[in-house]
Amino acid sequence: MPDLPEPDRAREWLATMMLIRRFEERAGEMYARARIGGFLHLSIGEEATIVGSARALRESDYLISTYRSHGHALVRGTPPENVMAELFGRVDGCSHGRGGSMHMFDLARRFMGGYGIVGGNLPIAAGIALASDYQGTEDITLCTFGDGASNQGTFGETLNLAALWRLPVVFMVTNNQFGMGTALRRHSAVTDLQRKGESLGVPGMRCDGMDVLETHAVVAEAVRRVREDRRPVLVEAVTYRFRGHSMADPEQYRTKEEVAHWRTRDPIPAFAAALIDQGVIDEAERERIDAETQARVDAAVEFAEASPFPAPESLYDDVYALADQARGLYSLETARERADRSQPPAGSGDAPPPGDSEIPEQLTHALAAGEDSHDHEQPEEAS
Amino acid sequence: MAQMRYREALNAGLREELTRDERVILIGEDIGVFGGAFKVTSGLLEEFGERRVRDTPISENTIVGVGVGAAMTGLRPVVELMTINFSLLAFDQIVNHAAHIHYMFGGQVNVPLVVRMPQGAGHQLGPTHSHCLEALFLHVPGLLVAVPATAADAKGLLKTAIRDENPVIFIEHESLYAVRGEVPDGDEHLVPFGLARTVREGSDVTIVGISRMALTAERAAQTLADDHGVHAEVIDPRTLRPLDLDTILASVRRTNRCVIVEEGWPHGGVGANLAALIGEQAFDDLDAPVQRVTGADVPMPYAKPLEDIAYPHEPQIVRAALSTLSRGAADATHHAAGNAGAA
Repeated sequence: MPDLPEPDRAREWLATMMLIRRFEERAGEMYARARIGGFLHLSIGEEATIVGSARALRESDYLISTYRSHGHALVRGTPPENVMAELFGRVDGCSHGRGGSMHMFDLARRFMGGYGIVGGNLPIAAGIALASDYQGTEDITLCTFGDGASNQGTFGETLNLAALWRLPVVFMVTNNQFGMGTALRRHSAVTDLQRKGESLGVPGMRCDGMDVLETHAVVAEAVRRVREDRRPVLVEAVTYRFRGHSMADPEQYRTKEEVAHWRTRDPIPAFAAALIDQGVIDEAERERIDAETQARVDAAVEFAEASPFPAPESLYDDVYALADQARGLYSLETARERADRSQPPAGSGDAPPPGDSEIPEQLTHALAAGEDSHDHEQPEEAS
Repeated sequence: MAQMRYREALNAGLREELTRDERVILIGEDIGVFGGAFKVTSGLLEEFGERRVRDTPISENTIVGVGVGAAMTGLRPVVELMTINFSLLAFDQIVNHAAHIHYMFGGQVNVPLVVRMPQGAGHQLGPTHSHCLEALFLHVPGLLVAVPATAADAKGLLKTAIRDENPVIFIEHESLYAVRGEVPDGDEHLVPFGLARTVREGSDVTIVGISRMALTAERAAQTLADDHGVHAEVIDPRTLRPLDLDTILASVRRTNRCVIVEEGWPHGGVGANLAALIGEQAFDDLDAPVQRVTGADVPMPYAKPLEDIAYPHEPQIVRAALSTLSRGAADATHHAAGNAGAA
């Protein structure tokens, strides 16, 4: 086992892992109570992979993730209030209620997003790294994705291009054993995922993703090599998600025994025990950290509940970045839509007064409209 | 003014923007050493070097995605795709990512990316290299779509596209690359998006021509004047998003008749959309149904005689215009192959 970091860092790692765990547990509860819509993909079980890898980065480095990204926003320092508000679809969400669970984003903290398309973030990571290189910075990009994404075309295309152009990217495949409900051995001919980059010129490394110290040590070495050599590296973090693929997952593809076995390797009690064993913290401090974490998550839920939904008249905001001289018809807004928005929807009494003044004129060419219906049924898992 | 070919105008536009702004880089297959499949980027590698003119592997989705990521973090990439058919390999990065990132992340980040590609039939390249797919991109909120028909617009719109903060789908035409035209001198020849070009003024019927069809429509208008005494107004929208609907509607309100000409397919096409807009907003001004002239509703065939009749030429446009004046066949979509009624 690698040495512990200095005590303050060790405590921060534990606290952040516990924050992600408590946050995800509470998000699951809020989903069950219909406070959160859409899909909810939890990373419970994967906290050591998230914290160990992200703590190998400098603040100026970039992190880019997938649709399972609440923990990545939190580890970069996005306040839990804003992450929870995004899940609630509120204006104070870190994507202002436009993205939801799968599309968290925090530019100021260089968290470059969660992406809903499996493998969609790999080319973007290479582009970010290209810009870092072009601008003459030392910044690197950590690109995380799942074992399922290693079968996408973008995996082969992007690793080849990154190796060819010597782009500073650490590709990290979070091998949680399943691409949705399909086990690794059933979806990948090569199950030794760290080797999948070899033929593309990208060397591989592996870490135990249930061990925050080992994950940090391996990813830190990968980051060092990428930063110094300007060549990409592929790291496989072997981990497990304790919950289903999403909240809509009946988990018929694995046994309770298998899940129970992996739960004995839960990274958070293991790391807490190591810190207690080494005398960094004692049991009372662990309990205090947990209580503080619970309080933070309580505050996040309170904040999210209090944050308003985006105002109806903001529907067309930010489809385009419009300069003052913008002209012509960009988006079609129907006359029926405009009429509907002049009436506040039920239950939005605290929404700001309606008005079109903030909608650029060029967006609002009114049209005679047809009927318009919305279906708000909860979706079945389909991807 | 200088006479130059469409491809030379594009080349000059790229050169000027590369010179003006260090953030501009070019990315694409065979754009450097090879000089570009259609020679649009010829000489730029020699002038600006490998750091700024970057040959790529054949990986369309990834090279567009690289452009997206670089655009999000401070560069202004111009990605070339060899033909518009190949852009379908990059549809995920174009639609799910380039078009949506600004909106789905709450406006925190812009994607000032240009994706250039040529379209169009006429070179017997068959069903995977010849289509006109501007309607697919027009469909997507978040994208801007430019369809220049002249050398001047090719240069002026491209320079505007590179300076815009949004992802721009910049659709060139293979049959126009060698066509010469007058191009205004100077580095600041910028054609604004959302401003149509009135190609020819007339009072009897409005003909809207998309991409190369703006030129075909102009020739048809001459035939209408010479042979039929009909004065057609020809409008080239130049950009489909944003769309200068005001100019088109103002013309239709004067002529009371409209023909829309495009090379792409009829179902869900640019003309279908525009006809709906005109119907919704200018119905009372119309003296005849809006007519469409479109490519045939088939994959593009290889054999020359079939290819020739699978995209519009002057006679179909003349016939459609006359039909709005109650002269000749009326009330049908004028497919290139004359297969009216199939849609």
